[in-house]
Amino acid sequence: MQIFVNGEGHSFERPTDLSNLLQQLGYSGETFAVALNGDFVPRASYLQTEIKDGDALDVVAPVVGG
Amino acid sequence: MTEQLNLYGSAFDSRLLVGTALYPSPAIMRESVEASGSEIITLSLRRQNPEQQQGKMLWDYIRDSGCQLLPNTAGCKTPREAIALAEMSREIFQTDWLKLEVIGDDYNLQPDPYGLIEAARELVRRGFKVLPYCTDDLVVCRKLLDVGCEVLMPWGAPIGTGQGLLNRYNLQTLRERLPKVPLIIDAGIGAPSQAAEAMEMGFDAVLLNTAIAKAQNPVLMARAFRLAVEAGRSAYSAGLMLKRQTASPSTPTLDMPFWQQADTAFQD
Repeated sequence: MQIFVNGEGHSFERPTDLSNLLQQLGYSGETFAVALNGDFVPRASYLQTEIKDGDALDVVAPVVGG
Repeated sequence: MTEQLNLYGSAFDSRLLVGTALYPSPAIMRESVEASGSEIITLSLRRQNPEQQQGKMLWDYIRDSGCQLLPNTAGCKTPREAIALAEMSREIFQTDWLKLEVIGDDYNLQPDPYGLIEAARELVRRGFKVLPYCTDDLVVCRKLLDVGCEVLMPWGAPIGTGQGLLNRYNLQTLRERLPKVPLIIDAGIGAPSQAAEAMEMGFDAVLLNTAIAKAQNPVLMARAFRLAVEAGRSAYSAGLMLKRQTASPSTPTLDMPFWQQADTAFQD
């Protein structure tokens, strides 16, 4: 299946949950947050969130701002 | 000593809010924020790859600064985008304060009033303390208050332009018609004199970024803005004199030397 992470396509062999996917992508710690197909996913819901073919994931972290 | 700034139940000594972007280096940003005396700083969220660590480094500093964090939704063009980014901000920054931006025009970064009100209504419902970046339109501001915003942040001029207070009439109207609402001039301030002007008009605070970050000496400019905001606020509290059309001597005219009664005989 193919999913989009921060706009870039990634291929995975089988469907998985968000927690596992983030781990595979190398995200760790607590200074990031996630939206799936444009909707916020709370950290507590990562395990229960199924990732399907074609899903678009946004992973964001703090930056400077005005 | 002037009274404190009260926003959403929190009191602040400083009436200058500053952004953290566009500085020549993180070290100069930190030094500038400290020199500004600001107790509220803005920041944001952007996509990040796992190998990047800038987010954590910034977060470590911000967390230690002791400042109230004011995450923004810069770049969002729809309520849906702004609401998602707001939720992500609340999770990461552990604050329900939010500088809400819903942009309606790329060219001058003008807020979209319809999207802004819709997003504000939903975010207030979700428990956010919304500080909307808005235009100086009285009706839009009233609608934002109606949906639950307790603080408004009308623009002085478009973001990053340094044009100052472009529409004094509208801004003065806001101040007069919404006397009890904390009003923060956000964006467009380019010089300390403009910040002082806003404070003299009775605005509760100013928020700026570019004018400090893009100065040749940001740390010194941060200090200049701190002094200007303090001066402007003190002037407002003291009460400005009324303007007059004609001159009025400040030095006593009574007992002026060289005056002879006879002089008047030659006049007229």
